[in-house]
Amino acid sequence: MVRVFHILLVSSALIMLTAGSVQAQETALPGDTASDVLDTVPPGPPCSLTVRDYLENSDFGDKIEIEWGLSPDDGSGAGDVTGYVLRRSLAEGEVGEKLDEITNGTTRYIDESVEPGTEYYYSLEAYDGANSSEPVLAGPVAGRANMFQWSRLPVLVLMVVFFAMVAWFTAAAGKGAKLFVRRIPGLNAIEEAVGRATEMGRPVLYVPGIGEIDNIMTIASLNILSHVAKITARYDTPLIVPTARAVVMSAAEEVVKQAYAEVGNPDAYNPDNIRYLSDAQFAFAGAVNGIMLREKPAANLYMGAFWAESLLLAETGFEAGAIQVAGTAMVSQLPFFVTACDFTLMGEELYAASAYLSREPKLLGGLKGSDWMKVVSIALIAAGIIARAVGLESFVAWFQTQ
Amino acid sequence: MRRQFPLALCFIAGLFMAIQYFIPHPTVQNFYERLLIWLQTLLAFAFLLGTVSLVRIHYHKIKHRADDRGYSWVTLFALCLMIGLGFFSSAHHAQGSPFDMMFQNVQVPIEATMFSLLAFYVASAAFRAFRARTLESTLLLVAACIVMLGRVPIGDMIHSSIPTATRWILEVPNLAAKRGIMIGVGLGMMATSLKIILGIERAWMGGGD
Repeated sequence: MVRVFHILLVSSALIMLTAGSVQAQETALPGDTASDVLDTVPPGPPCSLTVRDYLENSDFGDKIEIEWGLSPDDGSGAGDVTGYVLRRSLAEGEVGEKLDEITNGTTRYIDESVEPGTEYYYSLEAYDGANSSEPVLAGPVAGRANMFQWSRLPVLVLMVVFFAMVAWFTAAAGKGAKLFVRRIPGLNAIEEAVGRATEMGRPVLYVPGIGEIDNIMTIASLNILSHVAKITARYDTPLIVPTARAVVMSAAEEVVKQAYAEVGNPDAYNPDNIRYLSDAQFAFAGAVNGIMLREKPAANLYMGAFWAESLLLAETGFEAGAIQVAGTAMVSQLPFFVTACDFTLMGEELYAASAYLSREPKLLGGLKGSDWMKVVSIALIAAGIIARAVGLESFVAWFQTQ
Repeated sequence: MRRQFPLALCFIAGLFMAIQYFIPHPTVQNFYERLLIWLQTLLAFAFLLGTVSLVRIHYHKIKHRADDRGYSWVTLFALCLMIGLGFFSSAHHAQGSPFDMMFQNVQVPIEATMFSLLAFYVASAAFRAFRARTLESTLLLVAACIVMLGRVPIGDMIHSSIPTATRWILEVPNLAAKRGIMIGVGLGMMATSLKIILGIERAWMGGGD
């Protein structure tokens, strides 16, 4: 019994002793160990430091690329390098102000805060948590703006190919080549709609969208307006053109006035029918709806850039019983027009309308060029799919622009 | 000259706008930004033309005692009131100023009302579009039902695959069709721009074909 008690006593003492040792280790403060106290050795400096104007993606001269060789104590040697401190100055020999701290193992940094044309000096030092190495200096270097954005080269190449096709077909059309253009029912319907309005003795409403004059859809719409105005001038049917932009109103006035003059019916032109309503989207929609309900046009033509007001206009026109033809390149609005209008020009058909209506050979050349460019695009898409499937990433990467 | 000068200006400006996309040099980019400022300035001046047109048309309606001249009175009164508040009330942009009060309490609610009408128009348009009269419209109806159910919690409660089918419809056939249209739109835009820059297309400037 005494022997057992003795064993227990000794075991308890040993356990307490062990526990005390563990506790002592846990409460030890940094610096109490020999290694913490004695680390006064700075790490080795970076092996090299190279600075140059950033050229990889062509910039505005506001980037400088910095590359260095790792410190001998980064990943090898003492292996205690925790990072690097990058400094920048405007004078040679100066260490300069701290620009950034970079994690260990990194060998490249892009300084995106430089003034184009200003010369800078850089210094880099390795850091181990307690000491810094000797700085390595480099410079001077200045950011220079590039004269060509090389990352956009594919765009330029495809643009030149496309323009060459358009030019070739335009020249061919000018020499009398017959160019086939498929039938576009929506455009054939415009003359029928104007004819119907004439028979009913009611006006034609032409809405050129709510885009500004710098929107290419608005320009395409003005081209179509010119043809529509000629038809209404020929039939002596009133043409109402409500606009949401003052410049578009001015341009529409010129287009309609000229069309009436060309047809030989300038007296039929009424400047009060080319109306500026409002820049505010829904105020414009409300005002156009008011025209539809009060002046009861027999044909509503919506051509141009439309946003949420598209359905407000088209549904009101449908309720008013007008024949409706719409055309827009706004993909999100196409379903609304398709639903509420009798005919809809989808996407590119809006841009094809002017050539289709006028049958001008030079304009038809542009259509043919677009068609052939679509063939090229489909071929490139197929090539891209195959290239990715077989791991030819360089081909895919060539088309990635910035 | 009346025709040649705008065409020459259009050619030079159009060519510059195309080229600047490829040149990141500050000289070119600064000029590009300056051109955009000029455009904004021109548009601001053109706003005056719009106001003159608005006043002229409604004045004519009142003068000729048109049937709906009551609306013209309201339009001209509102125009004069807002111009007056803008010019003669100090700090008209400040919150709580008469100008701001009119804008926030008249213009904004009216526009919101117009926008909210869209919900009813979508319902009436959908009702017409979803009539299963042909194979295409039947397909549209089925796709629409799946998409509508997949966008609300009850779709998942009916069957867990409905939201998955919705995603597939939106991300595969729908997106493919949209991208097809967008490629055509992009090429159409470029072709139209080229024709305008080169002066082949002139109808937009009132010059006929």
